[in-house]
Amino acid sequence: MKTLLQNREVLLAVLIIVLALMVGLVMPDFLLPSNLLAVYNDTSILIILALGQMLVILTRCIDLSVAANLALTGMVVAMLNSAYPDVAVPVLVLAGALLGLILGMINGALVWKLGIPAIVVTLGTMSIYRGIVFLLSDGAWVNAHEMSAAFVSIPRSELLGIPVLAWVSVIVIVLMAHFTRHRRLGREIYAAGNNPTAAFYTGIQVGRLQFVAFSISGLLAGLCGYLWVSRYAVAYVDVAAGFELQVIAACVIGGVSIMGGIGTVQGCVLGALFLGVINNALPVIGVSPFWQMAVSGAVIVIAVIANAKSERKTGRIILKKAALQTH
Amino acid sequence: MEKLMHKPLLPRVSLSYRLLSWEFFLLLITAAVFVINSLASPYFLDPWNLSDATFNFVEKAIVALPVAMLIISREIDLSIASIIALASVAMGFVAQTGAGSSLIMLAGLGVGLLCGLINGLLVTRFEIPSIVVTIGTMSLFRGISYILLGDTVMKDYPQDFAYFGQGYVYAMFSFEFVLFLVLALLFYGLLHKTNFGRRTYAIGNNPVAAFYSGINVARHRLILFVLVGLVCGLAAVLLTSRLGSTRPTIALGWELSIITMVVLGGVNIMGGSGTIAGVFIAVFLMGLVTFGLGLINVPGIVMSIIIGGMLIGVIATPVLLKKFRNRKPAP
Repeated sequence: MKTLLQNREVLLAVLIIVLALMVGLVMPDFLLPSNLLAVYNDTSILIILALGQMLVILTRCIDLSVAANLALTGMVVAMLNSAYPDVAVPVLVLAGALLGLILGMINGALVWKLGIPAIVVTLGTMSIYRGIVFLLSDGAWVNAHEMSAAFVSIPRSELLGIPVLAWVSVIVIVLMAHFTRHRRLGREIYAAGNNPTAAFYTGIQVGRLQFVAFSISGLLAGLCGYLWVSRYAVAYVDVAAGFELQVIAACVIGGVSIMGGIGTVQGCVLGALFLGVINNALPVIGVSPFWQMAVSGAVIVIAVIANAKSERKTGRIILKKAALQTH
Repeated sequence: MEKLMHKPLLPRVSLSYRLLSWEFFLLLITAAVFVINSLASPYFLDPWNLSDATFNFVEKAIVALPVAMLIISREIDLSIASIIALASVAMGFVAQTGAGSSLIMLAGLGVGLLCGLINGLLVTRFEIPSIVVTIGTMSLFRGISYILLGDTVMKDYPQDFAYFGQGYVYAMFSFEFVLFLVLALLFYGLLHKTNFGRRTYAIGNNPVAAFYSGINVARHRLILFVLVGLVCGLAAVLLTSRLGSTRPTIALGWELSIITMVVLGGVNIMGGSGTIAGVFIAVFLMGLVTFGLGLINVPGIVMSIIIGGMLIGVIATPVLLKKFRNRKPAP
């Protein structure tokens, strides 16, 4: 099983390289290191959110509210900055992350304590969080000239030739890899998602882990709220509208099973990169941006079919046919 | 012997009792909203005004009926709004050739059915969870609409095509509304009075047991997906006819309000329970709330806060009540 999983990730990495080379044939500049770095930088936020989403999906839940959470924290951080330009940016980032954490904890608490299915909870909080952005801002935009110079410049300032935004995603990847592989809590999340009944009997509180997963997803969404708003130097109600689907798509392409318990950090990152390369390549090779949505939709469907085929081999044989009917 | 005969009946009685009380609960809220609305705005109780109000939710309500059955069978379809968009685009192209209304309608229904078939085949042949499949096809179908239309609009619909979305059958009863009532009755019959409906519940409650008791689970779910697609095609006919134009953004975000209607109606998102009557009431509840808020000039996005809160609140209330009830007898 392990080689199978590894194969899938190797396959995905090869696919990404082939894709990039194909784009390079049409537009050689695409393969310049500086451009590849720009593509990675552009995908950073997607990577961070996808890693948070992965934890939630591992526990057999789903978080549809990440993009709304990002929009709300981004708006709050931007409004704070325009109202109090003297407050240091790290304080604002911390405030954003904290607010994101609280929003994630609300999702988690509703799932854990009230036992409402995650899809219902996050469908609701998605509308609520997005609506609150409108209430706070009154529909107005916070534009670049209202933000302080430091607020806007930090994500794009470079450290060792690499933008801070990309560094942040690298740090999140490393922390998440450590968390899912070597921390007890991380291992318990896999156990809870793989077989909640068995996990319960080994003394793992499944609901509590779902709460933890939602909290981390919210925290990362809050962090991305600042990153997004400062990167694009604008905050408005529809920031990142529909981005939650891209995030879920990145997980699915990366081999995270929507049935819980299966998924790796590297797969998830590759899934996000795959989408990132496609999104960046389409305009380069002269495809109308109107194609982007259909292409990512087709990619999701194909990736899911591929996943289903490789996952099937690991299924139980005795009840195979019946077990497959129970999604 | 007597014991054996009574045993299987017990859970059914308690279940229907619980469902009945859920619908009663919904009905109470709906009545309360109705009263609040008529107090809040003097224009609310005008019959023509109420008739106009139905246009805002009837198309969604029609889609909610088959989606309820699909969710009862433990599946979900997030691509419904995208199917409406693609069906509408297809109708636009057929209309451009100068075809008549019936041909345009057929194109909409056909594309809807085809999309439903694609979803159903992906879910049942490849055994992929429907939530992932339909997240993919949601982008795919809407994406194809964008490819075909870009930022243009299609509005070459013939005159008589407007009847589906704008016509009235009798006095203030619109064609759309009457069609919804007829469909609600049909779906009530299908879900509650036929073997097909009983099988839907059986599959939703326990797919493995259903499979071993001889139900063709895959085929049943495929039929439900096709049914959802077909009804989305129908909704596309109504919506396109009412608006008189097609843009790729048509019906954007409808999947959320439709699923909210279904869940609000007491359909368990994990499958196995729910009634058409519940969905029927929930549809009016949502319609009344949004219309009433519109009358007192609440912007759409604030309404979405209230609808989101309603979704969580209405589902959390019985859970909380149960918790408190269970806490009391404990010493």
